[in-house]
Amino acid sequence: MNVFNRTAPASPTATDATDMPVLRQRGQREVFCGLTGIVWLHRKIQDAFFLVVGSRTCAHLMQSAAGVMIFAEPRFATAIIDDRDLAGLADANEELDRIVARLLARRPDIKMLFLVGSCPSEVIKLDLSKAAERLSKAFSPDVRILNYSGSGIETTFTQGEDACLAAMVPDCGDPDPAADDRLLVVGTLADMVEDQFVRLLNAMGIDKVDFLPPRNSREIPAIGPGTRFLLAQPFLTETARLLEQRGCTYLPAPFPLGSEGTTGWLKAAAGAWNVDDGVFDRVTQPGRQRAAKAVSLYKQHLAGKRLFLFPDSQLEPLMARFLSREAGMKLVEVGTPYLHRQHLAAELAMLPPGTMLSEGQDVDKQLDRCHAEKPDLVVCGLGLANPLEAEGYATKWSIELVFTPVQGYEQAGDLAELFARPLTRRQRLKV
Amino acid sequence: MQLAMWTYEGPPHVGAMRIATAMEGLHYVLHAPQGDTYADLLFTMIERDTQRPPVTYTTFQARDLGSDTAEIFKQSARDAYERFKPEALLVGASCTAELIQDDPGGLARTLGLPVPVIPVDLPSYQKKENWGAAETLNQLVRAFAVRSDKPVSRLSCNLLGPTALGFRHRDDVTELTNLLGAMGIEVNMVAPLGASPADLARLPEAAFNVVMYPETAGATAQYLKRRFDMPFTTTVPIGVGATRKFIREVADLAGVDPDPLLATELSRLPWYSRSVDSNYLTGKRVFIFADATHAIAAAHIARDELGFKVVGLGTYTRELAREVRQEAESFGLEALITDDHLEVEDAIQAVQPELVLGTQMERHIAKRFGIGCAVISAPMHVQDFPARYSPQMGFEGANVIFDSWVHPLTMGLEEHLLGMFRDDFEFSDEVAPSHLAAEGETRTTSIGTAATAAAADAASWAPDAEKELKKIPFFVRGKARRNTESYAAELGLATITLETLYDAKAHFSR
Repeated sequence: MNVFNRTAPASPTATDATDMPVLRQRGQREVFCGLTGIVWLHRKIQDAFFLVVGSRTCAHLMQSAAGVMIFAEPRFATAIIDDRDLAGLADANEELDRIVARLLARRPDIKMLFLVGSCPSEVIKLDLSKAAERLSKAFSPDVRILNYSGSGIETTFTQGEDACLAAMVPDCGDPDPAADDRLLVVGTLADMVEDQFVRLLNAMGIDKVDFLPPRNSREIPAIGPGTRFLLAQPFLTETARLLEQRGCTYLPAPFPLGSEGTTGWLKAAAGAWNVDDGVFDRVTQPGRQRAAKAVSLYKQHLAGKRLFLFPDSQLEPLMARFLSREAGMKLVEVGTPYLHRQHLAAELAMLPPGTMLSEGQDVDKQLDRCHAEKPDLVVCGLGLANPLEAEGYATKWSIELVFTPVQGYEQAGDLAELFARPLTRRQRLKV
Repeated sequence: MQLAMWTYEGPPHVGAMRIATAMEGLHYVLHAPQGDTYADLLFTMIERDTQRPPVTYTTFQARDLGSDTAEIFKQSARDAYERFKPEALLVGASCTAELIQDDPGGLARTLGLPVPVIPVDLPSYQKKENWGAAETLNQLVRAFAVRSDKPVSRLSCNLLGPTALGFRHRDDVTELTNLLGAMGIEVNMVAPLGASPADLARLPEAAFNVVMYPETAGATAQYLKRRFDMPFTTTVPIGVGATRKFIREVADLAGVDPDPLLATELSRLPWYSRSVDSNYLTGKRVFIFADATHAIAAAHIARDELGFKVVGLGTYTRELAREVRQEAESFGLEALITDDHLEVEDAIQAVQPELVLGTQMERHIAKRFGIGCAVISAPMHVQDFPARYSPQMGFEGANVIFDSWVHPLTMGLEEHLLGMFRDDFEFSDEVAPSHLAAEGETRTTSIGTAATAAAADAASWAPDAEKELKKIPFFVRGKARRNTESYAAELGLATITLETLYDAKAHFSR
């Protein structure tokens, strides 16, 4: 492995794990841009429409990432910039107004419209915040119009969700004093998973639980100094910063993947609400037991197997923690597009000492490392999966992690199964 | 600006990728931001390629824009050459890099790489994928093809046009190679599929070019004619009639006798179409929307070889709009030239066809309306890259087309039984024909209800007429309802009675 230019290795322990050495490389990144978040965000916020202001490439990316269109008329589209806009023959703002008007006339069910910036719109410095302000006035009160950037020059894959949620924070109203003492869960979760968490939290006596993003635009939670928030996803840097600016309190916690992560995550809320340990144990015990049982079914296929994670969704350190601690896998390399040491502090502390972390990517060099290490399972994006399979590697597409409900006790088994399936499938096949 | 929910074609640099990926020994360095690597998955996932496309993306970021994106490009090009050692380097920009105007061609030339560097300028804000593919192939051929001093055999040709991610291109190449072989004609070179830059040099060693797909090969064939005086074919051999015409055209170019091959019937389509069961195909209303090549071919097959009635014809290939318009006129139709799938949807709803021949998008539209559909053109999905041999061209292509177009229809005997047992519980609206179970389950809107909604303020249906309407098999009920309602509207009737229903039936009977 001559390609390493690692800094002098420290000897990481559980307590100073946030000082773990990290390999940083710059080169070709085989990752999606932030626009891709629209694929799950538009399913989550059911009266929202996402209008990308970009190029034909953006439109093509969206339909390719969305599995060549499952929905004949989805709630996302692209306003494709053409040479008339660039040459100044058409006023880009007038063009955008015309397109938004046409779109909203066609879809009266839309109550919230996101104008989503892209690489081209950023480079030509099209001011979408001004456009959103102008259009919001024109369509108020029927439609709220917000903007954020999902451009590849600024965001990687899941960072698009961060930008989207951050754009919604100013729209969160101020709570009335009676609504004090609320828990806000931040980051997209499947509705079913949200309901499971609400049941557990309610059983501990935490009654007021809100979610960002909400299921529809009229349910945007109110926030204020009495709000404490848990992050359900590890990629919400900017959203968390804005929430803290509004006086909300961040509850440091691991992320709710696997039994251990879920317990730690719930425990952070329980601690903030002074929930009695006995109550916490009683409420979480059935879930913990079911999770342990479900994961154990797959552990036989995973234990001892060597895992290599290419950077993709920023969920990689969490997956690595779950798969090493609950399923007994050995970590070869844990890549992530971006490592937020503060939000990941609890996660990094749980990784085995000496775990090889890498941030950013030079895909060809990373493939060299992967080939040198010959892992048993590779977690990677869709562009790499089939070529690696053809070379004989078992792969798991990381994009499934953001499309499938995997958080919480009841999904811990499903999460383990996602990684076990490629391995057991290879055992089944005799061709 | 143009509003797009869905696009038929990607940006032009994806067209260049289809050429680079089809070829050997060529590497494409694309100046592009993070995220543009999504295009890799078109090839690795949809076409199930076992290798990554030979493309290096420079992956510049916002913070690089203020400093030196040109240096990033040069470093990427140097690294790509060192790692992949290609015979030639293709360089270009994606839409964002086009805006920052780094001039990849000029930058690459300063590197002094020991291999040819071919720059391709593809204007992303004007042009699209197929144009990008055609331009890239043309630039490569211009760069590499050289006059041959070897004697050229009349019995040799090149196959031009097949690319990566093309609709059945690999199988079409096999089929045509066999067909030409049966006439004693040798294929000198297939390009771009499987060709290296060095191979392109040998293109002029053939007597003529076969233009398989005008979208990607038209410009190149014209260049080769101008530069090397190589004639090219103008018939695309999709369908029995077109294949026979192609054989005559090729025989003429090669100076061979086409009759021995034409005398043998090599396709089952003609007999299958004449057989009794196919009576039920007569006059089936078919709507066609595809790239220009496949749309034109489909229209002829539908009318002349299956006995369908073509009720709509269109294309998203603006470069060949004139050709499609002419064809449509000969069918008494006005061609639909658009890349807005909502317009296509409206057109399908307006003519209420019984079969849609289209792209992946039309498949979605048809599914929503509960109409059968066969995919005949790119863009397509993973299922349109079948494991089995399934060309579109030549006689075997005609067999494949017969099967795949007739399959989505309610078949002859089955249609007869459905009519006979339409009140039987297993033949109700909710139960789709058995071979379409998967499609039937997902049916959400039917044209019948959509049409009703539109006609809500028109004539109302008397109970007995409404009851009678329900006896009509569900797959033609929408049409019956619409026809009756427009007939009633024409006569200004307030109520549709049993009489009106049958008057309308007589009025519209074909």
